[in-house]
Amino acid sequence: MKLNTAKRHLREGSKNIFRNGWMTIASIGAVTVTLILVGVFLALVFNLNNFASNVESDVEMSVYLDPTLEKDQVEAIQGELESIDKVGSVKYSSKEEQLNQLMKDMGQTEWDLFEQDNPLSDTYVVKTSKPQDISSVADEVGELDGVDKVDYGESTVDSLFTVSKYSRIIGAVLIIGLVFTAIFLISNTIKITIIARSREIGIMKLVGATNSFIRWPFFIEGLMLGVLGAIIPIAIVLGGYYYLSNNVSQNIDIGFVQILPYAPFAFQLSGLLLAIGAVIGVWGSVMSVRKFLKV
Amino acid sequence: MIDMKDVHKDYANGVSALNGVNVHIDNGEFVYLVGPSGAGKSTFVKMIFRGEKPNTGTVKIDNIDLSTYKERQIPQIRRKIGVVYQDFKLLPKLTVYENVAFALEVIEESPKLIRDRVMEVLDLVGIKHKARSIPDELSGGEQQRVAIARAIANKPKVVIADEPTGNLDPDTSWGIMKILEDINQTGTTIIMATHSQEIVNTIKKRVIALENGRIVRDEAGGDYGYEA
Repeated sequence: MKLNTAKRHLREGSKNIFRNGWMTIASIGAVTVTLILVGVFLALVFNLNNFASNVESDVEMSVYLDPTLEKDQVEAIQGELESIDKVGSVKYSSKEEQLNQLMKDMGQTEWDLFEQDNPLSDTYVVKTSKPQDISSVADEVGELDGVDKVDYGESTVDSLFTVSKYSRIIGAVLIIGLVFTAIFLISNTIKITIIARSREIGIMKLVGATNSFIRWPFFIEGLMLGVLGAIIPIAIVLGGYYYLSNNVSQNIDIGFVQILPYAPFAFQLSGLLLAIGAVIGVWGSVMSVRKFLKV
Repeated sequence: MIDMKDVHKDYANGVSALNGVNVHIDNGEFVYLVGPSGAGKSTFVKMIFRGEKPNTGTVKIDNIDLSTYKERQIPQIRRKIGVVYQDFKLLPKLTVYENVAFALEVIEESPKLIRDRVMEVLDLVGIKHKARSIPDELSGGEQQRVAIARAIANKPKVVIADEPTGNLDPDTSWGIMKILEDINQTGTTIIMATHSQEIVNTIKKRVIALENGRIVRDEAGGDYGYEA
């Protein structure tokens, strides 16, 4: 393509934005509304997902050792634990530490009796690299010699995984559905604006324009519609998330409930919206024009 | 220059438009295409710029069979041929200048050449002073002049005019005919489908009469031959 032709396509594409006045506004409006929905929803789903991951990463098992073991046997078990495939980290906690922790948790009462004769066991705290593997690893650990008992709050953890698994699936399905709705809605609106110009395309063909020559200005127009339509949603995401991260996150100070940090999340989300807008704009425009090229 | 051999064309809806047309048109000829509505005049001209494909038979331009062109080469055919319609087919949102320039932008001419050539053809059809108007601001005759300017902008060898005076009053029509004759004088072949008895009988040229998809008469300097 010659440089002059490229310049012409750019000029024509942007001129069409103005020439088609209301149709342009309708298309940009459709992009704006759907991208706002997609943006708000993505922010929600990503945060829920992040929250679920945080909770899951706190899942760990306590491996209580047989109290009769000698010190070197206890150390040998650490090696065995670490050699299990799916194990992420192993932390030793002696029965004295266990007792101190218990005392701290329960408050200062009469513990003297227990300090003399500690009934607790030496313990390994084990995390798996993937939280979901915890039950299979727990079974394996339970088989080891010298292990008295394994505890990972089985029923609570299992239901946590079930809930987070389904919420992820539902989130993904909803996002995909929403994006497809957006594509459909936007490409339909663009299609209407192009149907109004089928005559124009027919005349272009008549004077010997090639299909790609006709398509380029529409490509540029679609791209601009998508990008223009993404401006307001991006402003809402950046502004809204800024407000949220500054006010709400400080008020909700419950350790594990934390929204994703403003930077880079809000910027990544904005980039994603811009990309979705651009792709949908171009796609809708080029697909619609294709139909009229068969003259 | 233009050769048709045993051309048949049936449309998908069962209408049979051309039933074995044989014709030879030389370079620089001026040909009227006459006949009742539905005789196949429009289909005849569409064969030439590949607006339609024949079912059987061959259409050649400059001895090249049009059926050897692939779908994406059709623009190459159209660039050799200027087409003028009864309803002008101008782009309503572009100015007169832009409408004509468009035909040259399509073939990727340089901006300077486009500028010069557009003003030249607008001058030729006598509408240079309206270059900045949009089609709706012009009369029918003026719009047709713009359409002719666009058709000849890239110096085609053939200009096809499908009832170019069909929507115009008689006075305006003579002006359009004068322009077409001028273009013909420069060596451009003109093929003009028309219903105007007056024009055909006054400006004597070769007349090809079509009826039911066949050529029933082909005479140089002939009459319109139908009662208007």
